[in-house]
Amino acid sequence: MSATRRITYREAVREALREALLRDPRVFLMGEDVGRYGGSYACSSGLLAEFGEERIRDTPLSESGFVGAGIGAAIGGMRPIVEVMTVNFSLLALDQIVNNAATVRHMSGGQIAVPVVIRMATGAGRQLAAQHSHSLECWYAHVPGIRAVAPATVADARGMLWTALQEPNPVVIFEHATLYNDEGEVPGEGELAVDIDRAAVRRAGDDLSLITYGGSLKKALAAADALAGERIGCEVIDLRTLRPLDEETILASVRRTHRALIVDEGWRSGSLAGEIAARIAEEAFFDLDAPVRRVCSAEVPIPYPRHLEEAATPQVDGIVAAARGLVRR
Amino acid sequence: MPALGADMEAGTLVEWLKRPGERIARGDAVAVVETQKGAIEIESFQPGVLREIRVETGARVPVGEVLALIDGEAGAAAAAPVHATAEAPARAIAAAPPPRPGAAAEPEPEPVVLSGQRRVPISPLARRLAEERGIDVATLQPGADGTIGLAEVEAARAALAPAGAPAARAAGERGLDLAAMRRAIAAAMARSHREIPHYFVSSTLDLAPLLAWLERTNATRAPPGRLLYLVPLLKAVARAMASAPELNGHYEADVFTPSAAVHMGVAIAMRGGGLIAPAIHDVDRLDLDTLMAKLDDLVLRVRGGRLRSSELADPTVTVSNLGEHTADAILPVIYPPQVAIVGCGQIVPRPWVSDGGLVVRPTMTITVGGDHRVSDGRSAAKFLARVEALLKTPEAL
Repeated sequence: MSATRRITYREAVREALREALLRDPRVFLMGEDVGRYGGSYACSSGLLAEFGEERIRDTPLSESGFVGAGIGAAIGGMRPIVEVMTVNFSLLALDQIVNNAATVRHMSGGQIAVPVVIRMATGAGRQLAAQHSHSLECWYAHVPGIRAVAPATVADARGMLWTALQEPNPVVIFEHATLYNDEGEVPGEGELAVDIDRAAVRRAGDDLSLITYGGSLKKALAAADALAGERIGCEVIDLRTLRPLDEETILASVRRTHRALIVDEGWRSGSLAGEIAARIAEEAFFDLDAPVRRVCSAEVPIPYPRHLEEAATPQVDGIVAAARGLVRR
Repeated sequence: MPALGADMEAGTLVEWLKRPGERIARGDAVAVVETQKGAIEIESFQPGVLREIRVETGARVPVGEVLALIDGEAGAAAAAPVHATAEAPARAIAAAPPPRPGAAAEPEPEPVVLSGQRRVPISPLARRLAEERGIDVATLQPGADGTIGLAEVEAARAALAPAGAPAARAAGERGLDLAAMRRAIAAAMARSHREIPHYFVSSTLDLAPLLAWLERTNATRAPPGRLLYLVPLLKAVARAMASAPELNGHYEADVFTPSAAVHMGVAIAMRGGGLIAPAIHDVDRLDLDTLMAKLDDLVLRVRGGRLRSSELADPTVTVSNLGEHTADAILPVIYPPQVAIVGCGQIVPRPWVSDGGLVVRPTMTITVGGDHRVSDGRSAAKFLARVEALLKTPEAL
């Protein structure tokens, strides 16, 4: 059958953008530095030359303005892909996204769809300091009317964009900044689009469920490898879609393993990890053999120095230690 | 030790029907257990080879206890649980648990005993399983970290087996303790009355077409092959039941789970008193001869005190047939966790209006007792109308 190809996450994003631009004439890309500079994470390099200024549009440094323009274009029948440099900067566009994009379909009684896709980098790990390193996905996952997805693998980076463009509602895609150079497999040919509904079990195990997403997935998998050496079997669940949460997959796993550890680079207070823990407590309490545990970021602005940045965010050692505690070893 | 009824807490192992090393197919009877409802054959859900017998004959053990180990067909898959249960007791009885590294300053966890003053942390899962398996949580030993989890409950189950068995009746002294059975009926019926808001809906049906057909059919058969009227009656009830999902199933923990299959409990009176309603499986799909054979077999085994575990655990609905020379109608009481019961009175000749004229017809009053938490009288009324329609063309059953 068709062989797989090995490409980087960055190449996967670029291929997905290219595919969307080729398949649907209504698709265009806009954002800060996406054209001449090729994107702040180089995801769109070469696209300006291929598709021209009409479809690859550099914007002024005004998130509220160009995200709002993207929402308007979507309402007007286009399929815009808006790139925001980081989730930190997206806060300037929060009003447009939360008050307009998320509500218009509801307030028009379903008459007006807002099929905009907003991509942004998120997370720490590249020594970019507090104003470029936070993980605020949970703020978007809080809002009805938005679908929030976090491709953690190269195949998801390649396949989620096209599916997101088919949604009548705004979709926010969070790309963790430490993933762009990672390599992974994608199918060699055929349809590459993937669903944006279900969580994925990335590794099967019986002793505890390690629930995570985005940039923390590789740390969770590394921790699971280490724990396997101690005969602790981890089931690693990649949420993939942060809103709506795939509760079914999470609960089915926890009911089987009886223990849950959630790894989330967001701050613990008011986190997505907190929401997941609450749902497990609500729906699977009598199947739990240990309290639900979380490994989250320390409640500080993410520091610049490497050792402090590492100390502030979830790391493999911390996940391993928390897992040992859960299985009481 | 399976729970052969909602109220069963323990059972006595009276006979092993398989020996270690013997091959077991799914559904094979493996052992005979005596309960308040008589001697029950325990069937295996698992094909494989009987590896080890854990409970001696004569021992009385709580529900949930491991009776024996079966090696599954896929050896690797079976090895894991066996390993886990084998290791657990060793951990539980270790005299002094080794201190955890870096925990020297922590006070030693006090050995056991849940008193009113001191609460030992126990996980929700451990508490639930202990309850289900009849293990008193106060007797559980906490682990090295001072908490009680799944591992400690498993250890207690394994350790309990030989010690916890009280003096049992000698093996072979099988048979029924009628007083115990009466207590079991009392518990089930008291629960039914306490928890289930019953409603009753009745119809009186003309059985002339059924009895005429039965007479014609039986006339061509030798006596051993003849059908009782109960057989087509059960079949009609089962077929009507198959399209009444709100009457067929189980209600447990505030949730009703309808059953796709119709496993019909048939109330059978026992010699010397007592009553039991074991299941005939998939009655709606059996032909009448098979159903007759199964009914014969069941009655024989009930009276011999020899039932199978699936027959006790599986009924999704029950039929109580009073039979000949009894009474005209019965308001039956539901057997929990089922949600309906069908009561049939004796066949009585009654004046009947047919085509505007008065005739005498053999009739039967059938009453449905339904659980109002799950269904309404309308469901039962529609069900009875279907039974009536089916009995008009018995040859189609």
